[in-house]
Parts: sequence; C-alpha cells; structure tokens
Amino acid sequence: MNNIIVYLEIEEGVVADVSLELLTKARSLASKLKCKLEALAIGSQLDGIGAQVFQYGVDKLYLADDARLYPYTSLPHTSVLVNLFKEEKPQIALMGATSIGRDLGPRVSSALFSGLTADCTALEIGDHEDKKEGKSYTDLLYQIRPAFGGNIVATIINPECRPQMATVREGVMKKEIFDANYKGEVVNLEVAKYVSDSDFVVSVIERHMEKSKSNLKSSPIIVAGGYGMGSKENFKLLEELASVLGGEVGASRAAVDAGFAEHDMQIGQTGVTVRPKLYIACGISGQIQHIAGMQESSIIIAINNDENAPINAISDYVITANVEDVVPKMIKYYKQNSK
Amino acid sequence: MSLKIVVLAKQVPDTRNVGKDAMKADGTVNRAALPAIYNPEDLNALEQALRLKDRFEGSTVTIVTMGPGRAAEIIRESLYRGADNGYLLTDRAFAGSDTLATSYALSCAIKNLPEVDVIVCGRQAIDGDTAQVGPQVAEKLGLPQITYAEEILDVKDGKITVKRRLERGVEVVEGKLPILITVNGSAPDCRPRHAKLVMKYHHAKTVTERQEQNDDYMFMFDKRPYLNITEWSVNDIQTDVNWLGLKGSPTKVKAIENVVFQAKESKRLAGKDSEIDELMKELIANHTIG
Ligand SMILES: Cc1cc2nc3c(=O)[nH]c(=O)nc-3n(C[C@H](O)[C@H](O)[C@H](O)COP(=O)(O)OP(=O)(O)OC[C@H]3O[C@@H](n4cnc5c(N)ncnc54)[C@H](O)[C@@H]3O)c2cc1C
Repeated sequence: MNNIIVYLEIEEGVVADVSLELLTKARSLASKLKCKLEALAIGSQLDGIGAQVFQYGVDKLYLADDARLYPYTSLPHTSVLVNLFKEEKPQIALMGATSIGRDLGPRVSSALFSGLTADCTALEIGDHEDKKEGKSYTDLLYQIRPAFGGNIVATIINPECRPQMATVREGVMKKEIFDANYKGEVVNLEVAKYVSDSDFVVSVIERHMEKSKSNLKSSPIIVAGGYGMGSKENFKLLEELASVLGGEVGASRAAVDAGFAEHDMQIGQTGVTVRPKLYIACGISGQIQHIAGMQESSIIIAINNDENAPINAISDYVITANVEDVVPKMIKYYKQNSK
Repeated sequence: MSLKIVVLAKQVPDTRNVGKDAMKADGTVNRAALPAIYNPEDLNALEQALRLKDRFEGSTVTIVTMGPGRAAEIIRESLYRGADNGYLLTDRAFAGSDTLATSYALSCAIKNLPEVDVIVCGRQAIDGDTAQVGPQVAEKLGLPQITYAEEILDVKDGKITVKRRLERGVEVVEGKLPILITVNGSAPDCRPRHAKLVMKYHHAKTVTERQEQNDDYMFMFDKRPYLNITEWSVNDIQTDVNWLGLKGSPTKVKAIENVVFQAKESKRLAGKDSEIDELMKELIANHTIG
C-alpha cells in the first residue's frame, strides 16, 4: 500500500531503458519516503523480466502475462493499471513519456481522477502549504517540467489525488544499478480479474518497430549540428569529425526540421537528453529548448559565427568563426597528432 | 455510409515564436504578446476529418472548441476549409482547468451532440505539449482511442483502420466505431481555405460576437442559420461543477520559474589555425579526446 509503482515498457522481452531510468529515480524516491518500490510488467512471456529489473532495487514485481496483452493496446493495459491501483493505492506512479506512456498515462489518470504531469525533467519530494485552504501537505511529489515551449519551468503538485502520476522522457534520468544481488517478490496477477473481453476492441494488424539507430545517449563525445550548418551535405563534415574522435552526431530541432539530420538525432527538450564528456555545438544558436538537453555536458565547445550566440554563455570554449572553416582544421590536427 | 465526425480543436498562443517581450519581468508569460493560432496538429486532424467527409457522402464535420470568446476564430477557420458547423464552449467556470477538467468539459459537450461516430483531435497542443486531452476525453466517453494517427486508411463495417506513427516504428491498427483518434504532425497538412467557403462563412458569428459588434449584416443571421456559431456555457451542457475549472483539476501549479542556465567562464577563440591546434592539443592532453 502507498508504494511507488513504475510501469515497465517491454519490447520483445526487453525492458526499455526509460523504464530502468525511472526505476533508478523511483528507488531513491522510495528510500526517501520509506516505502517500497514496485514494478508492473504487462505483456506476454514475461519470465525474463525479474532478472532485468530486481537489480534496480525493485521490492515487488507484478506480472500480467497473457498473449493478448502484447503488443500494447490502450484499453487492456489501462484496465490492469486502473484495477491494480484501486487495490494497491500507490502514492506515486511513473511511466516513460513514450508513444506508449503518453497513450496510457492520460487514460489511467482520467479513470482514477488522479493528476498526471507529462514530460517531467525532475522529480523531487517536498512539502506544500495551501494558505487559502489552511491545509498543509508533507512528502508530495514535485513534478517539475518545462512549460510554455520551454521558456519557464513549472513545479506541479497533486495535493489531494492519488496516485501522483508523471511521465518522463528517455534519457532525462540516469539509470544506475542499485544492488546486483537485490531480490524482490514476484506477484502473478490473474489477468481475467483485471481485464475484460470488451477491452479488446482495437487490434494491431501490422507492426514495424526499429531499434534506435543512434547511440547518442551513451556516447562520451557528441558533435552536434544546427541550422547554421546550412545543408545536409555539410553535416558530412560533422560525421567525419565524430568518426575520427570516436563520437556520435547529434542535431538541433531546426536542423532536423530542415532535413539536415534524422529525427532520432535531435537533442533537447523534445529530443534526447545527453551528458557527454565533450559536446561540440556547430552552428547551433543555443535556444533554451536545446540547452535543456545538453547543459550537463562536461566540456562544451561552441562554433558559431555570431559572437553573441546564446550557446556561448554556457560554453567552455567559444570559437567565433564559420563551422566549415573550423571543423576541417580540427579533423586535420587530430589525424596528424593522435596515435 | 455517412459519418458524424467531431473535431476537437484549440486556439493556442504561438509558442514556437516566443520573442523576448513574451516574458514579463516576473517570469510569467505575456500571452497578449503572442499571436493566437490554430493549434498545428489540430489542423492535421481537421484534414483527416475532411478526407473522411470527401469519401463518405453525407458525412458532417463538427468543430468543438473550448476557450475565450475569440476562439470562435478557430471555428470560422474550420468552416473556410470545409467543416459544417461548430460549437464554442466558453464560460468563466472553465477557467483554470488542467487537462483533466478540460477533458471533462469537452466530453460533456460531445455528449450533448447527436450521436458521433469518430472524434478526431491533434496529438497535442503546443502551449502545453502534454498529449493528454485526447485519451482523457476518450476515457470519459468510454470510447476506445487510437493515438498518433498519420492516416485514416479506411472505414468499413463499423471498423476504422488507421496507420499510426510511433517513436520507433509504424503500426496499422483496426478499431470499432465510435472511437477517438489523435492525429500526429507527420500527417498531411490541412488543405487551404476555400474561396467560396470564405465568402459563405465570412460573417459567421457567435451570439456574443453579434452583440459586441454592430454589424451591418445583422439581418442575415435569421435567413442564413449556418452563420450562427453555437456558443455553449456551463448551463447548456450537463456538467457537475465540481469537475470543472480549478476545482476539477487534481494538478496544481506550485511554482513557476524562469529558466536560467549557469553561465560558464569561457575561453574565446577566433578560429585561427594556431588556436584550433592549441585547443585540440589541450583536449588530447587532458584525455577529453583520444
Ligand atoms: C516546445 C518546443 C520544443 C523544442 N524542442 C527543441 C529540442 O528538443 N531541441 C532543439 O534543438 N530545439 C528545440 N526547439 C527549438 C528551439 O527553440 C530552436 O528553434 C532551435 O534549437 C534552433 O536551432 P538552431 O540553433 O540549429 O538554429 P538557429 O537558432 O537558426 O541558429 C543557427 C545558428 O547558426 C549560426 N550560424 C549560421 N551560419 C553559420 C556558419 N557558417 N558557421 C557557424 N555558425 C553559423 C547562427 O549564428 C545561429 O546562431 C523547441 C522549441 C519549442 C517551442
């Protein structure tokens, strides 16, 4: 009762990174709240899930295993969550801000009349005083998210309703093994008690899923290009620099929108969040929404021909020049001088 | 076969072009400084609705929007592109609604309409980016949902087939009518205004707009009922006020802050060969690269 539940997203038997990242965050929240961390897996052939998640500090793993529950469809998964939450009354429920989490979360929150905050960038525990009503609350979940196109950050709370629900994008939280030998309990749910036949009104006829091609999130070196690269052709320069340095290429949204780069290369508030050792921003102005996804990079180099580009303020090295001049020089020096 | 189609559309401040003057000194947003536009993905949704109407003779497209009086512009804009009629939900009681309270109000409005086969709306609105209202409305109406639609492929025997665009793939799914569908920005753009329809609906107005503006064309509204944009207040739809506005919103905003980033002390280079060489040398020496 009153624990934290994380919904596990599963594709072909593998728990998604975003779910593991959430477990890591939820583990520390659970320790702070002195409650248990629980995880819920819904799908088919879930035997391998425990081995993947217990090490993140999961105390209890619920399995709803039924051939009809994979691939994901909205209503049956919603029913499992809603009915389980009614029984277990978790205080917090978290899920990935993914195609699935953003389909499922609102449906569940509507059914339970519990608040849901989408795309949180930070989750904290804190108190709240409602002066008008003369009420005070302890240990609420602060759901912190960018609002209004990223120009402000808002802290959202759900004082009265439970569970407090939030979604978080992949890469925003860090995944970390809690204890490699951690063992929790497995609870097999009797699916027929949670899902009714009338939930199966939408069926998947065709499905093509791709593994993410980009390794941006885990790369220690990222060469990112913006609209200032001017063309898809010029992005090849960045690929070359990334390949000699052993890094990956990322992009700003403007570069993606202009067709210079693929969508899964986008870094920022509505793309991936990265924390590399070195981030080289080429022809990127550094709008708030971009910076939100890369500000934690250890070293930032900005190459921009505008000496007042906002990216410069958060950079360790500011090179005020044209990218097409600077990048080849970097490649040349590195080729000549590295072993 | 004809379909009764409802499009949920929203007027939003154009957050994509937030200028410096859009933020007030206290960190709140100066909505007045932002142009009000048709939420982009709702236009994609409208296009999907209009395509169904083109395909299935006798179908109708009804717009439902919630907002202040000026949101009637959204309905006119939809009429210019081929929608048949529209309802503006406007009332102080709706103010301060979070996504759940908004969904509740919209679902009450939809229940107030004659039967509906398909509800379409944009995946998300650019002023909130939550993507919650579609699924929440579906749940409140007890309807199934298909999110991230890129194309409605077919409607046959009470079933609709939809191609969905997911983060990492595509799906084709089939669902039973009635159903709610949210449409992705990757779906085809909305058709432009049609000159004839602009002429026809140019004077379409809500009651409030008619009262506010002393219009030379007043005489037309009785003769041409299609020029009346229906305005609904809380009293026109069956609602429980406890579920509306601030009261009906489980989420509360505790604090709002301006985004500030920690400025760093940076080394400035002009891009000369020697400078780049020096920088690369430093990065190799401290094992950042290499
Ligand atoms: C809700 C919302 C979410 C968003 N999410 C994201 C996100 O996740 N990620 C993201 O990146 N953006 C996001 N954006 C968009 C963001 O606001 C900016 O529009 C975008 O980051 C700008 O990209 P850019 O810096 O490449 O382009 P620009 O702002 O056009 O900057 C181009 C830069 O290139 C420089 N330049 C031009 N030519 C050269 C040259 N030859 N050599 C060197 N420099 C040159 C210019 O001086 C300029 O600074 C979002 C916006 C909104 C409203």
